[in-house]
Amino acid sequence: MEPTATLGAQLYAFVSLFDPFCGPVGVLNLLPEGSLLSCGDTGWGDEVARGFFVTITLALCTLPIGLIIGLFLALAKQTEIRSLRAAADIYTTIFRGLPELLTIFMIYFGLQIAVREVAIALGFERGFDINSFVAGTIALSLVFSAYASEVLSSAFKAIPKGQYEGAHALGLRPGKTMRLVILPQLVRIALPGLGNLWMILIKDTALISVIGLGDTLRQTGIAAKVTKEAFFFYSIACLLFLALAMASSVVFSKIETRVRRSGVSR
Amino acid sequence: MSIANDLIPPQPPPPVEAFRWSGLRILGAVLLGLWIAAGIALVLWLVDAWDIDKVATYGPKFLSGLGVTLTLVAISISLGALLSVPVAFGRMSSNRFLSSIAYGYVYFFRGTPLIAQLFLIYYGFGSFRHELEAVGLWVFFRDAWNCALFAFTLNTAAYQAEILRGAIESVPRGQHEGAAALGLTRFQTFHRIILPQAMIVALRPYGNEIILMIKGSAIVAIVTVFDLMGETRRAYSRTFDFQTYIWAAVFYLIIVETLRNIWEKLEQRLTRHLKR
Repeated sequence: MEPTATLGAQLYAFVSLFDPFCGPVGVLNLLPEGSLLSCGDTGWGDEVARGFFVTITLALCTLPIGLIIGLFLALAKQTEIRSLRAAADIYTTIFRGLPELLTIFMIYFGLQIAVREVAIALGFERGFDINSFVAGTIALSLVFSAYASEVLSSAFKAIPKGQYEGAHALGLRPGKTMRLVILPQLVRIALPGLGNLWMILIKDTALISVIGLGDTLRQTGIAAKVTKEAFFFYSIACLLFLALAMASSVVFSKIETRVRRSGVSR
Repeated sequence: MSIANDLIPPQPPPPVEAFRWSGLRILGAVLLGLWIAAGIALVLWLVDAWDIDKVATYGPKFLSGLGVTLTLVAISISLGALLSVPVAFGRMSSNRFLSSIAYGYVYFFRGTPLIAQLFLIYYGFGSFRHELEAVGLWVFFRDAWNCALFAFTLNTAAYQAEILRGAIESVPRGQHEGAAALGLTRFQTFHRIILPQAMIVALRPYGNEIILMIKGSAIVAIVTVFDLMGETRRAYSRTFDFQTYIWAAVFYLIIVETLRNIWEKLEQRLTRHLKR
């Protein structure tokens, strides 16, 4: 066995110690043996829990990528260079206007076609399969960044011009102005909007189940098909998403109070 | 005190800064050039791949799919608007019971994905087939179109209720007090004073909600309703021609952009008395 594989297995074993569903202290272990949601081979608890972690992982992978692209788009919309602004606006118009599902399909099938063409051109016999997690992350990042750029650019507009002028008067270079003066204020202004986008992102991850990623919705869907208890399992899916939304809103209000503490009251 | 003895002669305007290629300008030109190149390549490819047989076969289907999408969204937005009124008033009610029911409704439908709600209704209600048959509602819930309409109506009602509530609560207190001082009844106050001001606030969010519904309605394709997305998927599964998706994207972009522009014009016209 390769060392990375054993390390991965150990890491997995370590993480699953803290699994709140089926771990040693998991809640689902409290259920009676043989119930629909119990862990192990008899119930669907562990499968659904795995899907739930896939949902969270997908959202957490998309967030930084989308934020970084969104920040650059917002900066591009800020400049006085018309071509740069136009390029950013085209991006935003396309990815905000397309239905998320269509973006996902286009990325998934389009990437597959592109990879196949490239692979054949390079002399391979056939293409490689595109991982639906990767395709999903790319598609959701495109959508998220388009929306985030709007939130961030309106936050940029809310920062008074005097801040730039003050930084200039202090002799700060543009990079330092951005890092030390503008960004800390930007975060404070943009945080509520970004919180909303995060909630939308969590809900959009459910769409990735249609290209075969085993997320919450797909895993509960499989359970529903096998056990013929569709209402029960789809309710579980909805409850899991609700739990995620509640947890996020708690975390966000914590972050917001923390960030506001260092701000000036206006 | 000083007196200006001689006038400064008129100065020429400062010279226009010469155009200089900076790194950012080059980047902007390259990125815009990439978009333009991609657009031209796309058009060329679509022209090249234009196949009169496929267009004759799938063109009318695309148009009928477009009709299905627009009908579905129009009906669910209108029914949702009706349903949103009691929900919004429930949310604002001082009755703890009513307001917590309305809050729960709104929280559920805004906190879960639309696709999960659709599955819950379309597949999930099948678990209650016998009960629904006994009440005579099974005929309704058997059909994917009806389920989609039902799910969308409930979903958009929750969002519209929040828009309505936010707009009504944004009207300043003084407006209520002024109306009371004039001796208007509660209904008159709401109808003549509060609602017109609230609707202007709500205009933009309503437009966004319609656009979100048009985009969100694409998921009905998964439960076998042949809307624009459904027809696209069907055409792709038969031809394996990627241009079906491109055409769908073009259609969706045109709808969304048209709607956005109409809404912008509408907003400008309706708020022209507020311009200073």
